[in-house]
Amino acid sequence: MTDLSIDLGFMKLKNPVIAASGTFGYGIEFTPFIDLNNLGGFVVKGLYYSPREGNPPPRLVETPSGLINAIGLQGIGVKRFSEEILPRLIDYNTSIIINVCGEHEDEYAAVVDLLNHQPGIAAYELNISCPNVKKDGKCPALDPKTTYSVVKLIKKSSTRPVITKLSPNVTDITEIAFSAQEAGTDAVSLVNSFLAMAIDPNTRKPRLTNIFGGLSGPAIKPIALRMVYQVACRLKIPVIGMGGIFNGGDALEFLIAGARAVEIGTANFIDPEATVKIIDELDNFCRERKIGKLETIIGTMK
Amino acid sequence: MKKATQVIITDRKMWKDYVLLSLKSPQIASKALPGQFLMIRITPHSYPLLRRPISIHAVEGENIAIFFQKSGIGTNILGLRKKKEMLDILGPLGNGFGLKGDFSHKKTVLIGGGRGIAPLFFLANSLADRKAEIRTFYGGKTSHDLPLKEKFEANGLKVFCSTEDGSFGYKGLITDYFNSEIRQSRPDRIFACGPDAMLKTIADIAAKENIPAELSLESIMGCGIGACWGCVKRLKKDGVTGWFRICQEGPVIPADQIIWAEKDK
Repeated sequence: MTDLSIDLGFMKLKNPVIAASGTFGYGIEFTPFIDLNNLGGFVVKGLYYSPREGNPPPRLVETPSGLINAIGLQGIGVKRFSEEILPRLIDYNTSIIINVCGEHEDEYAAVVDLLNHQPGIAAYELNISCPNVKKDGKCPALDPKTTYSVVKLIKKSSTRPVITKLSPNVTDITEIAFSAQEAGTDAVSLVNSFLAMAIDPNTRKPRLTNIFGGLSGPAIKPIALRMVYQVACRLKIPVIGMGGIFNGGDALEFLIAGARAVEIGTANFIDPEATVKIIDELDNFCRERKIGKLETIIGTMK
Repeated sequence: MKKATQVIITDRKMWKDYVLLSLKSPQIASKALPGQFLMIRITPHSYPLLRRPISIHAVEGENIAIFFQKSGIGTNILGLRKKKEMLDILGPLGNGFGLKGDFSHKKTVLIGGGRGIAPLFFLANSLADRKAEIRTFYGGKTSHDLPLKEKFEANGLKVFCSTEDGSFGYKGLITDYFNSEIRQSRPDRIFACGPDAMLKTIADIAAKENIPAELSLESIMGCGIGACWGCVKRLKKDGVTGWFRICQEGPVIPADQIIWAEKDK
């Protein structure tokens, strides 16, 4: 029996596999397909204080081994989530992480203030990196100063650990990650999707109404892995890696590069059982190589 | 637990631009309702990445059938799959056509535009079992776009065809043909599937004539299970106007709930 558990210091996970925000609904969408209790954790779809309408369709375009989305964080808002959804989740024996969004710093704080009073939440993932909310892809994670400022503010009011989710759309992601660490974040998760676009040559129109969207899927994995490696080398705090992980082998690459846990995103769309299959594959990998504790493999690139 | 499953392709029929695949799946065959859909994996590799939403065309014993048009890279690759090969499918998904209540001797009209005919065969058979009176309108650009005409007729279903180029049947849009025919005999219920512009016209006619209509909408889908929020259409439902997920609310939606985009007007 392999020990797949992971200690992030501020939070223990039964295994390193976490379903990524925006690809897992509010969690309950997946209960017909998998037992949520088997997951290391899951991050619910990003929540603003108020409900959000999202972008007009088309919101999705498929590209080679990738998917560009411009959903625009449509959602029910944190109040309705707390009243209607959270009570249905808290009995699951897994780490429930809430992806926290805001139009401005006050809104991030308001979401966290409301959630601080709710039971059953393991941590907050601070979403400062969604590329398809503002038309030009702007978000706080593009700048070390705005990153520092939001993280500092939320760390002040949060009663729970804070994971800061970083954008890959920057010149040097280690600089932003370092800024988040300086501001006191408990961990960083990376990467969010890559700012991208596609055009229909016949109509000369953009494929997405929003023009820009975020690219995810296997297409981004090598770049995401490079960024995770760079950040893991520089930071003292735990790094949660993601970007195009579709199988156990992909997850192992991120762990070996230094991620202490991984998030599974786009893969959930193609196979609702992707997370549990990846956990099985990690277990098999360890058993075949007589690795008793998966955690020992983290950051061991030769 | 629901699972994606590997099923065997038991038969394939091909036309120039259209393909019909029969799949052996007793499980889905026993559960599927007309108007529901499957998410079909095109390849075990990563390109094309996403599953494709395709409606259930027929249920025959332990088999289900899908009918689709080769219109992009996904459906073109899917059209290359042969008899005895395996296909990875997830379903049945979504909400189908409303078949509650008494349909006995009710006048129903089914309207299919191009590949939109696909789910209407399954629906027609269910309505026939309920002793409904069924007229099927089937429109295409040319006579090559009406490959299922004979299949409907072989099942004793009356089919009214139109082509935009006049190469077969009524010359013009199927909605014009339908509009002229319903003046002679007013239907009690309308069911339709096809391009948005066609569905919009049908919604307008249904509203004017005060006939309940249900429309099966097409949308680009990321997952088909409500997780990605990519497949939205604008609806007004229970007093709330907004972007609703077609995979969850539909794909079949009552015509009076749909708020059409400018381009469909």
